[in-house]
Amino acid sequence: MIKLQDVNKYFGEHHVLKDINLEVAEGEKLVIIGPSGSGKSTTVRCMNFLEAPTSGHVFIDGEELTQKNKIQLVRQTSAMVFQSFNLYPHKTVLENLTLAPIKLQKLSKEEAIKKARKYLAIVGLSEKENAYPATLSGGQQQRVAIARALATEKKIILFDEPTSALDPETVQEVLDVMIKLSKENITMVVVTHEMGFARVVADRVIFMDDGRIVEEGKPEHFFENPTEERTKLFLSKILR
Amino acid sequence: MFGEGFLRTIEVAALALILALVLGIIFGVISTSNNKVMRGIARIYVEFFQNTPLVIQVFFLYNGLAIAGLRLSVFVIGVLGIGVYHGAYVSEVVKTGITSIPEGQVEAAKSQGFTYIQYMRYIILPQTIKIILPPLTNQAVNLIKNTSVLAMISGFDLMYMADSWASSSLDYGPSYVFAGLLYFMLCFPLATWARKYEERLKRNDTTRTLYDPCEEAVTC
Repeated sequence: MIKLQDVNKYFGEHHVLKDINLEVAEGEKLVIIGPSGSGKSTTVRCMNFLEAPTSGHVFIDGEELTQKNKIQLVRQTSAMVFQSFNLYPHKTVLENLTLAPIKLQKLSKEEAIKKARKYLAIVGLSEKENAYPATLSGGQQQRVAIARALATEKKIILFDEPTSALDPETVQEVLDVMIKLSKENITMVVVTHEMGFARVVADRVIFMDDGRIVEEGKPEHFFENPTEERTKLFLSKILR
Repeated sequence: MFGEGFLRTIEVAALALILALVLGIIFGVISTSNNKVMRGIARIYVEFFQNTPLVIQVFFLYNGLAIAGLRLSVFVIGVLGIGVYHGAYVSEVVKTGITSIPEGQVEAAKSQGFTYIQYMRYIILPQTIKIILPPLTNQAVNLIKNTSVLAMISGFDLMYMADSWASSSLDYGPSYVFAGLLYFMLCFPLATWARKYEERLKRNDTTRTLYDPCEEAVTC
């Protein structure tokens, strides 16, 4: 479903991604962990070309993602959930969910609203459809953002540290929604530090450090016997 | 006579304002684009019109183009000259507004598959309007006052009428005071509204999302 081939990324002199090779199968739940600055956000941002790789190739559904086709291909295949929610503040919750379906997928307003309500119910925020994002708590905003991603019914949802900006009390409500989603056949790539979540949801975990994939395996592998010293050190800090 | 000039001033101001807004939005948007050539063009436009006097620009339209064989009516010159001049200022206002919108908005839009034009139209500009309305209104006020340059090319505007009335009746004082009052009547409500609006905006700035600074420092 997603394939990164020899992907390198530089920010100026800074070599952020070093020869990343990675495949994500359809319906797979992949969790990417690693210290900050390890390149994990950049890796997912390459999957929808929010960052274009300096060299290497990105394939979505067998088709190479390029500067030329990125808008069309991304529009058809993937949605993203951000650390800082990035809801549209001038639109109500419902309008946040229907904007892309109406303008990009050419759904009628009625259809779009019907779908939006369905997904708002899934994230448990039906009663907030007429609220503006600024009046919601962080956890609620992020659940709306997830509903917005769902409302476009893409095969892939990319999560870039979806709970890092939340206060500890609201982290769980967002994770619960994501766990619920993981039952569906959606391909999920999640950058997170929530190892508890990884354990429940992930088919595979990748540990990144300094722009490289250091280790990968089932979540249990990371809990029981990670092989690399670097992984052990990192996990000892986040698993308490 | 004053009524006629007053009307003419309002007409020129209204049309010039529309032109300034259209130009300002177009050049403001392209001055934030990634395309260097486009940004360069916007830059030249803004710098040229901001850094030469409006009077010279209007004189150029009036005399310069006439030499080249293009004769425009004073009314058209007024609308064009003042509209293009203030378009440069509006462009800077629009640009500032756009850059004040957090980058995350553009990223969210791109991640959904919006094109540049689409996200400007549906997502960025609508958020910008609220922020730029006060400085934009100040531009409108300046624009109204600047229509008085038309007097220098016999534009039959309010200032011209005041001039001619003053010189024919020799009542310089009352004539200009009265013209000034009429300008004041147009500008004061606008300026007051802008000031009130801005104060209100500062008091209840709730419609913008909480902005997380982490986002800017590209967390990897």
